[in-house]
Amino acid sequence: MKRTLATAGRVLAQVRHDPRTIALMLIVPSLLIGLIAWIFTDTPAFSRIGPAMIALFPFVVMFLVTSIATLRERRSGTLERLLSMPLAKGEFIFGYALAFTLVAILQTMIAVSFAIWVCGLEIEGSFWLLFAVAALDALLGISLGLMASAFARTEFQVVQFMPALVIPQFLLSGIILTREQLPGALEAIGDWLPLSHAIDALSDAAAGTVDSATASSMLVIAAWIAAALIVGSLTLRRRTA
Amino acid sequence: MQRLDVRRGRALVLDHVEFQLAPGRIIGLLGPSGSGKSTLLRSIVGNQVISSGTVSVLGKPAGHKSLRNRVGYMTQAASVYDDLSVRQNIAYFAKILGQPPAEVDRVLEATDLADQASRLAMGLSGGQRNRVSLAIALLGSPEIVILDEPTVGLDPVLRADLWAMFSQLAATGLCLVVSSHVMDEAMRCDEILLLREGKLLGQMSPAALMESTGADNPENAFVALIAAKGNQP
Repeated sequence: MKRTLATAGRVLAQVRHDPRTIALMLIVPSLLIGLIAWIFTDTPAFSRIGPAMIALFPFVVMFLVTSIATLRERRSGTLERLLSMPLAKGEFIFGYALAFTLVAILQTMIAVSFAIWVCGLEIEGSFWLLFAVAALDALLGISLGLMASAFARTEFQVVQFMPALVIPQFLLSGIILTREQLPGALEAIGDWLPLSHAIDALSDAAAGTVDSATASSMLVIAAWIAAALIVGSLTLRRRTA
Repeated sequence: MQRLDVRRGRALVLDHVEFQLAPGRIIGLLGPSGSGKSTLLRSIVGNQVISSGTVSVLGKPAGHKSLRNRVGYMTQAASVYDDLSVRQNIAYFAKILGQPPAEVDRVLEATDLADQASRLAMGLSGGQRNRVSLAIALLGSPEIVILDEPTVGLDPVLRADLWAMFSQLAATGLCLVVSSHVMDEAMRCDEILLLREGKLLGQMSPAALMESTGADNPENAFVALIAAKGNQP
């Protein structure tokens, strides 16, 4: 636990030394939500798409940040050094998860505030649930990012995982066309993807229509997080060839 | 270390390497680039997948859990976080090793970095970054310190300083294993291991190397040794 906190503190200290990244992480989601609100000014669509965007950002941003940060650890030799020390893999992973989840919550607070007070989004449901889903969403991005970093050798490769893993999930999530309207096979795939459930759960939380489907969506996301973390931790090897 | 073989892909990187090391000395691991020095050091730390043979360190198999506090390791590239200050880097690794904050100041002093403590690692020169990496390897006073090419790319004055520091450390009873491809550095060690193409050419004191080959400098001694080994299959 002490080492998990030390790792989270270290990751946050690294982020703190990079004010431009902080600014981009915190401001860009709000700007994009603002742009979408503006695009849909004369239609009722923003009340549907707004919450989906709030679900999208913690996932995408944390995926990118984690995949690059852990790739750097692998390449710079710091990971090799840490694993020759008494640091458990779980402490390393949860250190990262803790640090970036905190950043994601701050990011979501700003994005939600902006969506409500500037863009006029109406949140009927519970704020706590909204943040719980956003945090879960960030964890999903973190765990998939950790996994992706294991399959990339360079920064160029790892950023290519973003379109490969994120855009299909976005397309099949039901934002563009509701999942019921998709061809059968795509609907089935979309129903299993974690981002679909993240968007569903966040929309329920925002609309105040929380029911057993919301709970099962959160369970699906949690299962994806667990699976990605297991695969990710298998790739942290103390001994390498 | 007994009959160690390491394969990476198809290449046999280390071929039947065997030796024993005693504490309180500086052991130089010398050989040209690509001779398997880093692989050998990683085998001692326990980070290397080995094909056959055994490596025991302080009576335990290399990489054993109980050794993670007792073996300090400095990787070839300075493995530090660029976006943290010198002190933050060292303090983080100290926490992972369960060391008190006072230990951070001790290694900062020992590596002459106290004046640079608040600078970001990315703004440091190569030599300073190496010293941060060295400081981390010294945390918690490990019994064995493995240093992979710590002096590469440093100016001669800094190199001499570092070697003086290594002597001080060895005098406190540490076992230092230092790799280098600069043959002149052999003379500064108590004992040298000569590695070429994954094979151990010999383990001897620098004086014995010079004497046995009759060469006038370590570079020529190495060449003479290779020639001599080549003649006896």
